[in-house]
Amino acid sequence: MSDPLDKKLPLDSWHRAKGARMVSFADYAMPIQYEGILAEHLWTRASAGLFDVSHMGQMELHGTDLDAALETVLPADLSLLKGGRLRYSLLLNDEGGIIDDLMVTRRGDHFYLVVNGATKHGDIAHLRHKLPVGIKLDHLEDHALLALQGPKAVDVLSRLAPGVEALSFMTGAAFQIDGARAWISRSGYTGEDGFEISILARDAETVAESIAAQAEVKPIGLGARDSMRLEAGLPLYGHDLDEETTPIEADLGFAISKRRREEGGFPGDERIQRELKHGPIRRRVGLAVLGRQPVREGAMVVDVDGDEVGKVTSGGFSPCLEAPIAMAYVPTASAEPGTDIRLASRGKIFEAKVVAMPFVPHRYHRKGAAK
Amino acid sequence: MTTYYTKEHEWIRVEGDNATVGITDFAQGQLGDIVFVEVPAAGTQVKKGGDAAVVESVKAASDIYAPVSGEVTEGNAALEADPSLINSDPEGEGWFFKLTLSDNHELSDLMSAEDYKSFCDSL
Repeated sequence: MSDPLDKKLPLDSWHRAKGARMVSFADYAMPIQYEGILAEHLWTRASAGLFDVSHMGQMELHGTDLDAALETVLPADLSLLKGGRLRYSLLLNDEGGIIDDLMVTRRGDHFYLVVNGATKHGDIAHLRHKLPVGIKLDHLEDHALLALQGPKAVDVLSRLAPGVEALSFMTGAAFQIDGARAWISRSGYTGEDGFEISILARDAETVAESIAAQAEVKPIGLGARDSMRLEAGLPLYGHDLDEETTPIEADLGFAISKRRREEGGFPGDERIQRELKHGPIRRRVGLAVLGRQPVREGAMVVDVDGDEVGKVTSGGFSPCLEAPIAMAYVPTASAEPGTDIRLASRGKIFEAKVVAMPFVPHRYHRKGAAK
Repeated sequence: MTTYYTKEHEWIRVEGDNATVGITDFAQGQLGDIVFVEVPAAGTQVKKGGDAAVVESVKAASDIYAPVSGEVTEGNAALEADPSLINSDPEGEGWFFKLTLSDNHELSDLMSAEDYKSFCDSL
């Protein structure tokens, strides 16, 4: 149930009119589901789903020597990030723990960042504290963020915002949609091809309505967003990632750019360089759980003696595989695909196997790749 | 034959000393798509308010409590193969288990269909 004290998204009444069940999430009342998680999940994998992710933090960073300033807080090599391109990065603390994961886009003379909703205020305080005085951070509180995901997303959006079909995965550009200014990138959190659409909050209802009016599209709640990102092997901050976890443990080494690995100069560089060289003591892995009963976040990974050696951080039932899947931290010695893992949950032992992620193949529209 | 309801959104259909237990349409709607269920085997002794079954939806796990005490005579084997019966027919094909009541007096704490409806409306 949602809490009367929850903040309202720009599309709050739109969701309710569409029959959404609203819950509290990141201080907002948000739609968990409309017709049902399973149906919404499968619909998005087959056609196109519209997600409201306006709770996420959107911000712009302006100023001189921006690249150098931002590289002091992110482990990315921004010299490789061309205009109109985005990449996945991390805010790290001095011990190499993850404060948040985010998307950073070079947009003309500034950077555009999208961070998690539950952590955005902390992130902003952290950035304002860490970045030089000359860097200006604008929190785009008057913006909404929509995501249109699924194999038919490109057909739908190219009808409403011609030209978006030319974007490839992890690029973005400015478009008009229903007369509204929009920043659209080809990206998302479902493993499918799709787009994320940043618009002014006052335009959100018009834009959402014209996208949702397309025959291929249904509105999709947070429930299916979670089950889809789990199938796609994508970690969720606050569950699979936290301030005690390093990017190497989290199997996010790709977010530490080559030059930065060598040079360091980002928070936690010492530990991260050490883990890159010698390996971390535990690692995030995907698990296929035997049987049909899902194993949830918080379940223990146990060894043959029943001692706890790790933890399940996300778990559920995969609608596409029709089987339970999970993400867990396990000792590095047990992290290879094919390793048998024993889990304890709700007073029961479950058998599982380490499997490579994603659980369901990604279908991104990469540049140069055949459609 | 009388059907009673609990505040935990279970129904119990009683015929003499025998009863069938399941969850209500309201409960299945709240749980969402059910993907797994574990029902008690015949011979299991259940106690009013004690754990009797487990239901897992895509979202979350829920314990189902016994609305009355007694001995289980049958678990619904069909649910193992098709847990979605609970969503499609919660008060029919989606029943959980049958039991023999050990104490008829426990029924007096339960709600009638009418009381249960007003209880749900008040939520």
